[in-house]
Amino acid sequence: MFTRPENMRMYWKELMHQCVEIGIGSLGIVIIISFFMGAVSAVQTSYQLVSPLIPLTTIAQIVRDTVILEFAPTVVCIVLAGVVGSKIASELGNMRVSEQIDALEIMGINTKSYLIMPKIAACLITIPMLVVLSMVLGIVGGRLAGAATKILSTDTYDMGLILNFVPYNVFFALVKAYTFSFIISSIPSYYGYYVKGGALEIGRSSTKSVVVSCVMILFADYVLAALLLNK
Amino acid sequence: MIFYNPLKYLESKKNSAGWRIWGMIEFKNIRKSFGEKVVLDDVSHVMETGKANLIIGQSGSGKTVLQKCLVGLFEPDEGEIIYDGMSFTDMNVDERKELRQQIGMLFQGSALFDSMTVEQNIMFPLDMFTKNNFRDKLKRVNEVLARVNLEGVNKKYPAELSGGMKKRVGIARAIVLNPKFLFCDEPNSGLDPQTSMVIDKLILDITREFNMTTVINTHDMNSVMEMGENIIYLFEGKKEWTGNKKDIIFSKNERLNNFIFASEFLQDAKDMRMLEAKGKISDDRDMDELLKGDKLD
Repeated sequence: MFTRPENMRMYWKELMHQCVEIGIGSLGIVIIISFFMGAVSAVQTSYQLVSPLIPLTTIAQIVRDTVILEFAPTVVCIVLAGVVGSKIASELGNMRVSEQIDALEIMGINTKSYLIMPKIAACLITIPMLVVLSMVLGIVGGRLAGAATKILSTDTYDMGLILNFVPYNVFFALVKAYTFSFIISSIPSYYGYYVKGGALEIGRSSTKSVVVSCVMILFADYVLAALLLNK
Repeated sequence: MIFYNPLKYLESKKNSAGWRIWGMIEFKNIRKSFGEKVVLDDVSHVMETGKANLIIGQSGSGKTVLQKCLVGLFEPDEGEIIYDGMSFTDMNVDERKELRQQIGMLFQGSALFDSMTVEQNIMFPLDMFTKNNFRDKLKRVNEVLARVNLEGVNKKYPAELSGGMKKRVGIARAIVLNPKFLFCDEPNSGLDPQTSMVIDKLILDITREFNMTTVINTHDMNSVMEMGENIIYLFEGKKEWTGNKKDIIFSKNERLNNFIFASEFLQDAKDMRMLEAKGKISDDRDMDELLKGDKLD
């Protein structure tokens, strides 16, 4: 896979194309799920905090930390494994079955390098950006839901956000985002590139790639948490 | 570059008989199996320059596998493939990449890139391997589209084209870099007889015009009779017969005859052709009368 590109300009063009497909293409779903994740976690946290001794700012802290540590990187990446992963696997699978990959090989193009590398690179560039966006939108969603349901005022929420903030959590979330981005792009690429058969097999390999990616994301989530959060 | 040493380069231009030939493909003792199943067994032949070289045989006889071995999509288990005197089997990745820019291929399903327009499809090899500006590339695209009689479809997507048009776009893309070798995998599959003839004629004309070595996989008898200048007939993975379209008529190979003249009508036509060649029947024969009669011997 790691050979000198035949034409750097074409690889760059393909990378930009994939960034648009993966990054911009997933923007809508990421915005929607992030916003509602934050909103729901604010409402549910307030429902569970029954003691009057616990300050309302705690709701904002819990929303902030759950969104940054888990919801934004893990849940968003699991959703992206479905959206982006199935797209990558079916695109490559269709190219394989319809001999488009063979056509590129015959032209003298390193197909693994030309077709897979830009997808992995595009995921590594765009998915962490989407995760950061998801963090912000999740927190904003919690703020709006808290104010709309009169659970806590926006001022209280804002105060809770800055209390006991640990910047390391953002670093940890980004480490997870990069790891999951690689999983989301590489596993479907493998299943798509090596598919054999016809339309049915493309569907099967696409489904399998999403399932394997989700399991690997959860496994990697546990390993990273054990390695990086274990005091 | 493929050729680093000038002496080795000149030496490489000799075939096994010592003749220097450009654009020739020679394969020796090719053997390929998938698991227990032997698909190609000791197949050797020479594909000649400037000719339409046909690989014919029934479905499952190993035609496609042989062609895929020749272009490097499959690695043969044994044997040697020689392009222009250079062993393709021994080439490293970079040398193969260099050689492949001399190869064009028309796939059975055309293998056009779905997400690209006709113009982008044909321009793709130019974008990848040349430093020409857009105007020059567009000029070349229009030239090859005109050559395959398909002007004015630049902005259409493959899904908007008919089967015959897709094949012609596939041919245009295959020849856009002026390759020395053209491979066609069942160019007529899925086409009506009239369109098939147009595609066959186009491939033959291009082969002669650019003096290319064209290798065609087919089991279409019209193609065999139209283009068969150098034919290899495969039967169960082995080379059964070799010759040209004229030799087929007079061949006594039973397997070949059963394959080529599968219908009774074609068998009768062959018999008549043989009698005509021997001067036993005249050109102004009554076809209906002859076909009504007993089988000729």
